[in-house]
Amino acid sequence: MKIDFILNNQSQTIDVHPARRLLDLLREDFGLTSVKEGCGEGECGACVVLMDGKAVNSCLVPAGNIIGKSIVTLESFKKTERYKMIESCFLEAGSVQCGFCTPGIVIATESLLTENPNPTDEEIKEGLSGNLCRCTGYNMIFKGIHLAAERGNGLW
Amino acid sequence: MVDGFRPATLQEALDIRSKHDCLPIAGSTDLMVQKARGFALKPDFGKPLLFIGHLPELHKISIEKDQIHIGAGVLLTDLLNSDIIPAIFKEAVCLMASPPSRNLASIGGNICNASPAGDTLPYLYAVDAQLVLKSARGERTVSVDRFITGPKQTDLAKNELLTDIIIPNKQFDVNYYRKVGQRKGMSLTKAAFQGMADIDNGMVADIRITFGSVAPTIVRSRDIEKSLIGIFAADIEDKVSEILERYTPLVRPIDDARSSAVYRKKVSLRLLEDFLRKISKEK
Repeated sequence: MKIDFILNNQSQTIDVHPARRLLDLLREDFGLTSVKEGCGEGECGACVVLMDGKAVNSCLVPAGNIIGKSIVTLESFKKTERYKMIESCFLEAGSVQCGFCTPGIVIATESLLTENPNPTDEEIKEGLSGNLCRCTGYNMIFKGIHLAAERGNGLW
Repeated sequence: MVDGFRPATLQEALDIRSKHDCLPIAGSTDLMVQKARGFALKPDFGKPLLFIGHLPELHKISIEKDQIHIGAGVLLTDLLNSDIIPAIFKEAVCLMASPPSRNLASIGGNICNASPAGDTLPYLYAVDAQLVLKSARGERTVSVDRFITGPKQTDLAKNELLTDIIIPNKQFDVNYYRKVGQRKGMSLTKAAFQGMADIDNGMVADIRITFGSVAPTIVRSRDIEKSLIGIFAADIEDKVSEILERYTPLVRPIDDARSSAVYRKKVSLRLLEDFLRKISKEK
């Protein structure tokens, strides 16, 4: 099926099977390896990308559902001021250990703060409930997001 | 074989549905997992896909004649963000999966997937949700309890699509929902309980009780509900054990990876008891 979509702000036209997973398209066809495969069934959040500005599990999105959509991965999001704020706050709070979950966590953070620039502790937990991390125990991640929300006044 | 269809309009989708044996797919959060074949492999659906999640006709939420019409393609996130959707229904929706999955999953998909643990179902059964099924030839309306015929089985004909879900635009006086899962977020349901009631002059005027994940389909007994109408709310307290006894044979869960039958049954009946005691304190 012919698929027209926008990837990291560039128009793309590809011809692929419509059941192909967005996750595989991004990693295999476009070499965007910030997108990780963890569970492959929407539970871990390692493959989370932005679709029209909202976090989605790319392992659950068939290619047929990205027609006309704008997909953003960390490769382009990292050029933004908002990313730089998240990065410095994550560094300060020790939010990253092995790093495998981090791209998904950063994208989920962007999606959360876009919708709710001043989240409470509970809202941060809820917003990140689809992202698993086996290293940090989460507290440092929540702290990093808190810092980003506090200091990111006006960015979101 | 054609790989898939992506119609521009609902009418076009219905025409395709009448001519081809195809699998309707919207948010795909359930189907992509059910048909997954492993790392870096595309899921195998065995038939062409009919993409319907993008159709604008399926994305409306509106109030018509005191009823709420919800398009089958409305996302779980959109239900939560809507001012029209009753708060007690949102309680169930906000406990489903996680935000990145709720940004994909549709209400119609949750219904058509017909899982005994489907989290929109206890509410939809309790309010007698009506489902609009359209085909190129016309449309029919069926209630959700008739539409779902068994675990993962529905009455959807090969040429039909679920297009609208109709629920009453009504808030009950007493609202109670509990989902029992392994953890708070991102959990699949071990048992779910929905209870709602209206109290008029101290008497039960309307009562709805449904159980999820404890039988092949959602459990609801209109007979027991009917027998409770007209009773003084304060008197419900004395009837708790009798009512629990009547529901006991209807709640018949199974052992599986998620939980045990014994636990599911016990917790379901305790939630019913908690709901009944809540009613008995209503003025």
